[in-house]
Amino acid sequence: MDSSTWIKILGYIITPITAFVVGVTYGGIVRVITARVQNRFGPPITQNFWDIIKLYSKKTAVHHGLMQHWGPIFAITASVTSLFFIPVLKDSPLWLNNSFNGDIIFLLYMMVFGSLGMALGAGQTGNPNSAIGVARGLALMVGYEVPFVLALVAIMIQFKTTSIAELMAVQDGFSNWLIFQSPFAFIAAILAFLGMMHYAPFDVTFAPAEIASGPASEFGGKYLALMQTSGSIFTFAKLVLFTDIFLGGAGDLVTLIVKTFLLYMIPVLTGIVNPRYRTEQAITFFWKWPTVFGIIAILIVVL
Amino acid sequence: MEVSYDKESRKIVQAIERFARKHSLWVLAYGTGCGAIEVPPTMTSRYDAERFGIRGAATPRQADVLLITGYLSVKTLKRVIRTYEQMQDPKYVIGFGSCTINGGMYWDSYNTIKLLDMYIPVDVYINGCMPRPEAVISGFIELQKVIAEGKAEGARKYKENLDWYRANQQKIIHNWNMPDYNW
Repeated sequence: MDSSTWIKILGYIITPITAFVVGVTYGGIVRVITARVQNRFGPPITQNFWDIIKLYSKKTAVHHGLMQHWGPIFAITASVTSLFFIPVLKDSPLWLNNSFNGDIIFLLYMMVFGSLGMALGAGQTGNPNSAIGVARGLALMVGYEVPFVLALVAIMIQFKTTSIAELMAVQDGFSNWLIFQSPFAFIAAILAFLGMMHYAPFDVTFAPAEIASGPASEFGGKYLALMQTSGSIFTFAKLVLFTDIFLGGAGDLVTLIVKTFLLYMIPVLTGIVNPRYRTEQAITFFWKWPTVFGIIAILIVVL
Repeated sequence: MEVSYDKESRKIVQAIERFARKHSLWVLAYGTGCGAIEVPPTMTSRYDAERFGIRGAATPRQADVLLITGYLSVKTLKRVIRTYEQMQDPKYVIGFGSCTINGGMYWDSYNTIKLLDMYIPVDVYINGCMPRPEAVISGFIELQKVIAEGKAEGARKYKENLDWYRANQQKIIHNWNMPDYNW
């Protein structure tokens, strides 16, 4: 094998590890920020690492059937696969991963797969809270997928490409970032992003005080650890995807961390100060303003 | 295939596990007694138990610590046993307030239990009626010390002496119609 293949294999190894470390650290920082807003000190930033290690080192795990066992595995497969098709850094063979023409369309399907797997897994546990959580989560997904797809379609029409790498190449200067070139698509996408991250006001799916953490309510120990690992990796994947498409990507890791962190603060800070929407209110919200902005973005491009 | 660990590497893994368990206690507060009122101030901004990695868990499956806040009537004891058996190993129990130690002010009541340790294994007691949030946090720190020393073996004790615990439980709960758990 020549050296480019080895570089690619190395990339496949370090990308998920980086995603895990960054995603979990972001989770810890979010807990500290939430605590400071609530006038508390909050846990140390490394808290989420200890939580995950503890969950992995649990000695027993009750399992209710094959599909419950596969649910978290589907989730982590979908997270890592999505990550492998997103170029993490610009023009770097190590971090380019599997980017190909048409990867935006592929990602639109792949990003849904994990939630569907979790839905099947949670369904088999037989817990009524899980069933309610799954119904809410899938309903919410129907809500936010509409503006998200509209925004991406607008961009795909505007630049006549379905490749993330080509979109990154288009944004060669600060003023050429897609956030400035197609602002309406960005508004629609970022509002959909609020729903995707499941922070308040769109946290009906997991609402711990209401339905005992929803789909996760019957998952303990190693199952929960797998779900948290998958969630951290998926958070990083979504942040990198949005940075690549709208914020011009990143040339080095420091720029990437700064951009993704600032982007992450949008749903987090919105979530801290907001109460929870009911499911139908959330769907009404997504089908109203974000969808209107998405349609405006498409109309501007087409006309 | 038999997997063999050499002693040194096993020791390192165990140290990491114990550190993680000690610093990440997810609490299931069983709040039917009067002590439940002391739990919200412990968790919120005044005393902020999250500094020590103590966090509320939503369901028994996710929880590490079962916090029994105060007296238990015979009827609630049944629910406590079900909850405890649904939790995943390693699990700990904190008896909170005098009522879990000797019945407290309910010592001659006809339908409350006197000593919680007869029915489920308790790792740490917090005395007082009521213990203030400072006492609750000091109880949690005591539990962290016990975990770090590797002496918090309540779950193992419960499995080994299951017959004794079951006999005690069935002596007091007359309409015993509980499912058999294979935890």
